Amino acid sequence: MSDNKQIVADIDHSLYDFKDIENEKDFYRMEEGLTRETVLKVSEEKNDPEWMRDFRLECLKLYNEIQMPNWGPSIEGLDMDKISSYVRHKSDMKGKWEDVPEDIKNTFEKLGIPQAERESLAGVGAQYDSELVYHNVKDEVAAQGVVYTDLESALRSEYADMIKSHFMKLVPPTDHKFAALHGAVWSGGSFVYVPKNVKVEIPLQSYFRLNAAGAGQFEHTLIIVDEGADLHFIEGCSAPKYNVANLHAGCVELYVAKNARLRYSTIENWSKNMYNLNTKRALVEENGIMEWVSGSFGSHTSYLYPMTILKGAGSKMEFTGITFAGKGQNLDTGAKVVHQGERTTSVINTKSISKDGGIGTYRSSVTIQSTAKKAKASVSCDSLMLDSISRADTIPGMDIRTSDADVGHEAKIGRISDEAIFYLMSRGISEEDAKAMIVSGFANPVSKELPLEYAVEMNNLIKLEMSGNG
Amino acid sequence: MSEQSLLQVKDLSVSIDNELPILHNINLDIKPGETHVLMGPNGAGKSTLGFTLMGNPHYCVTGGKILFEGEDVTDLSADKRAKAGMFLSFQNPYEVPGISMGSFIRNAYHSLTGAPVKLLQFQKSLKASMEVLSMDESYADRDLNVGFSGGEKKKAEILQLLMMNPKFAILDETDSGLDVDAVRTVSKGIEEYQKKKDGALLIITHSTKILESLHVDYTHVLVKGEIVHTGDGTLVDEINEHGFERFLKED
Repeated sequence: MSDNKQIVADIDHSLYDFKDIENEKDFYRMEEGLTRETVLKVSEEKNDPEWMRDFRLECLKLYNEIQMPNWGPSIEGLDMDKISSYVRHKSDMKGKWEDVPEDIKNTFEKLGIPQAERESLAGVGAQYDSELVYHNVKDEVAAQGVVYTDLESALRSEYADMIKSHFMKLVPPTDHKFAALHGAVWSGGSFVYVPKNVKVEIPLQSYFRLNAAGAGQFEHTLIIVDEGADLHFIEGCSAPKYNVANLHAGCVELYVAKNARLRYSTIENWSKNMYNLNTKRALVEENGIMEWVSGSFGSHTSYLYPMTILKGAGSKMEFTGITFAGKGQNLDTGAKVVHQGERTTSVINTKSISKDGGIGTYRSSVTIQSTAKKAKASVSCDSLMLDSISRADTIPGMDIRTSDADVGHEAKIGRISDEAIFYLMSRGISEEDAKAMIVSGFANPVSKELPLEYAVEMNNLIKLEMSGNG
Repeated sequence: MSEQSLLQVKDLSVSIDNELPILHNINLDIKPGETHVLMGPNGAGKSTLGFTLMGNPHYCVTGGKILFEGEDVTDLSADKRAKAGMFLSFQNPYEVPGISMGSFIRNAYHSLTGAPVKLLQFQKSLKASMEVLSMDESYADRDLNVGFSGGEKKKAEILQLLMMNPKFAILDETDSGLDVDAVRTVSKGIEEYQKKKDGALLIITHSTKILESLHVDYTHVLVKGEIVHTGDGTLVDEINEHGFERFLKED
């Protein structure tokens, strides 16, 4: 019986909530606010090539010109003059775990990152505030020619041209205000290149930890999976809770070449003071496959719609997502897909849970362009509200420009049923456990897509949210 | 047979959401090992009694009380009643997507006993019980009740009865909607429970098919929320032959 994933175990919430005291001696912190000077300072800190410095300044200009988004959850609580865009520990990135500074090492040890690396990952990157503190990839994976490194090092390596020709080409800084912001102050993140026909058997992982209060994290992830190659990349994020707003405006650009496959899994557990305005986009060539697995649990406000451009004929994408909006959270999540190539296929499956006054909005857009003959798209979104003060909305958009498209859409919004809870309670299960069990079951289509240890973590997060300690 | 009562219902009156009165002054006394049958026409309040005994919060006790092993359980939540040894087989079991039947029963068993469940032993005993009920093994891995036929849902309820082995079980219309073969299989499961332990049963039904192979100690007839007649097992045969007409006339 394959029921390991359904056991809802207890969890100690201090796991995510502990914070390290940021002492001035060990940390460099840039002053709050965003000016030409701060952008130049970031660029200097990062020892940018000239084109990157110019690009940052261009992005700053765009940032100042573009309006705030006015169609989603309120981001009024976010005051850029109070956000420090760059915080780093005064030590360099390490390739050996022993060399990572003690305080940071403790944080990641508590989060279980080194253990996961030993047991089930091909490589790990760990980012603390604005900079990567650790990056390592297993020898046998490196021997296959797989590159997994921080973006800054890659900019000074033989891959510099590859990065220049891909960096913020998929997500241009003109896209929206926070893409421009990202371009101006980006720091950290990962670069992955998987050469032709190389199959990476076990996942690579990046873990992002924002420890500083009143700071922003702007990491950039650039992944190129070459023809016929195969990769699973996992991204985890967390932060301790502060009383001031934090901002995450990362950017993920994924290139999936002909016949390649990329699976990108995220478990996001930012603290409840985080504005998560993240942009993720994938470009898929002929017969390529893009798979997204996305779990959104944390943050105060989220705007998150991973987008896939199905450019090549026969390319496919599958998006499986879950969002849990608890007290004080307004999570606006979903997915976007653009069908360009013939016979392209997309499947979007999402689950959204709202509780204690939380607001969960599913927002999606499916575009089938006139070139995408015989395209297939299916969207299914389920929402579960756990009480009468919470909210669930679905805003699915579709724009179909062909006559032979096969399109399906299904949306369900429901409340957790008292009768179902009574049924489980009549078997000796407490009310709280019964609710957690129903919610875990509801989330199961997502958790079963995750590697076991992440599925367990997800169920722990659900359990934690259900007990009201989230 | 012990003289100590297992379940005592004293002058129980029940309404839905404190408004619509459904049951009036119900009295029952069930001893360990006894099988009681509650019969009555549609809408008499049979299922209401089952739900109330198990603690469904939609049903409000407006008078009287429920004692289980001498303890007043009238205000206890359903999970606490289950832990005390009570069980209800649902007429319409709920579908729980994403939780496999096997893992659900194991979780429930763990909640009931508080003791760790030995996986191999548990699976062996689950398999044995499923065999009694002619359930295909694959059902253990399927989501609880999701896409089960009416018959499979009822079998899944009786499977839980066998696995959890309560001191007292209420079977609410376990035979409704089943074909002849399924009724036979389900009653085989119930017989198994009767054999296994000094457990007591309250079987709620409006037909008599399921009772053919079961030993019955008492039969109660519920009409318009009141128990209008109590007899022994032979009353079942009489109702089988003449229906409820005689009891309706008394009204």
